Amino acid sequence: MNENLFTSFITPTMVGIPIVLLIIMFPSILFPSPSRLIDNRLVSIQQWLVRLTSKQMLSIHSHKGQTWALMLMSLILFIGSTNLLGLLPHSFTPTTQLSMNLGMAIPLWAGTVATGFRYKTKASLAHFLPQGTPFPLIPMLVIIETISLFIQPVALAVRLTANITAGHLLIHLIGGATLTLTSISTITAFITLTVLVLLTILEFAVALIQAYVFTLLVSLYLHDNT
Amino acid sequence: MKTKLACKNVYLLNFSRNSTDRVTDKVPVKEKKLMDVKLGELPSWILMRDFTPKGIAGAFQRGYYRYYNKYVNVKRGGVAGISMVLAAYVLFNYCRCYKELKHERLRKYH
Repeated sequence: MNENLFTSFITPTMVGIPIVLLIIMFPSILFPSPSRLIDNRLVSIQQWLVRLTSKQMLSIHSHKGQTWALMLMSLILFIGSTNLLGLLPHSFTPTTQLSMNLGMAIPLWAGTVATGFRYKTKASLAHFLPQGTPFPLIPMLVIIETISLFIQPVALAVRLTANITAGHLLIHLIGGATLTLTSISTITAFITLTVLVLLTILEFAVALIQAYVFTLLVSLYLHDNT
Repeated sequence: MKTKLACKNVYLLNFSRNSTDRVTDKVPVKEKKLMDVKLGELPSWILMRDFTPKGIAGAFQRGYYRYYNKYVNVKRGGVAGISMVLAAYVLFNYCRCYKELKHERLRKYH
C-alpha cells in the first residue's frame, strides 16, 4: 500500500520510453483553433470562457500590463486543463511535479520583476520600504521585504504542487479505504460520500489555477503600474 | 517472347471489359488506400509508406482532422466528440500502469 500510493506520481514511461512529453502536450488537442467567425459548439464554448476570463482578469491592468494577456490566458488554460485531466482515473498530472511548476513560476515572476525594474526603477526599488516605517527599523524591513520578494516564485510553485498532490493522495487513500470497508457496511456509505464530496471540492482545482494566475497577476500589477 | 506476353497482359488489362475488374486494379500499389490493397500486396504496401518524420506528422495530422471533422466540427455536435477522446485517454493510461495495477486485483493468490 505504501509503495503504490506514490506510483501515480512517478514520471510515466511505457516500455522504457518516457512519454511524459506526450502527456504534457495532450491538453492542446482539446482546444482546437477557431477558423471561422462562428465555429462548432466546442470552440464556441471555449471562446466564450476565454473572453469571460480575460475580461475579468485584465480589467485592472493598464495598457502595459494588458500586453501580457496572451501569456496569462494560455497559462490559465494550460494549468486548468492539466489539473482537470488529472482527475480522470489512472491519469498522470504533470503539475504534481515540482520541477514543472518551478519552471513555470520562476521565469514568469522574473519577467514581472524585470519589467518593473526596467520601466519604473525608482518605484520598484521603493517597494522594499513601506511608507511610514520608523527610522531604526529600516534595515531590517528592507531585508524582510527582499526575502518576501524572492520567496514569491517558490511560493507559487510549491502552492500548486502541494495542492494538487495532496488532493490526489487523499483520493487514493479514501478510495482505497472505501474499497476495504465494503465488507463492513454502513460505514461504507459514509466514506463513499466523503470521497464524492472530496472529489467535488477537488474539482475546484480550477479555482487553484485561478489562484495561480491571480497571484501572478497581482505581482505583475504591483511591479508594473503602481 | 517475354515482351509478347507483357503486351498481351497489358492489352487484356487495359482493354478487357470484365465486370469483376475494379478501377483500383490499374492504380499502382503505392497510391492505393488500405482497403483497396490486396492481401498479397500488403507487405510491399507497408514498406512503401512514408516513414520520414514529415510523413509521420502528416499521418497524425490526417488522422486528427478526420476525427475532428467527423465528430466535433459539425453543426450540432454533442459530448460524444470529446468524451470519446477522454475515454481513449483513460484507456491509454490504464494500459500504461497495468503493471502496478495487476497487484491490486481481488484474488487469493497474486
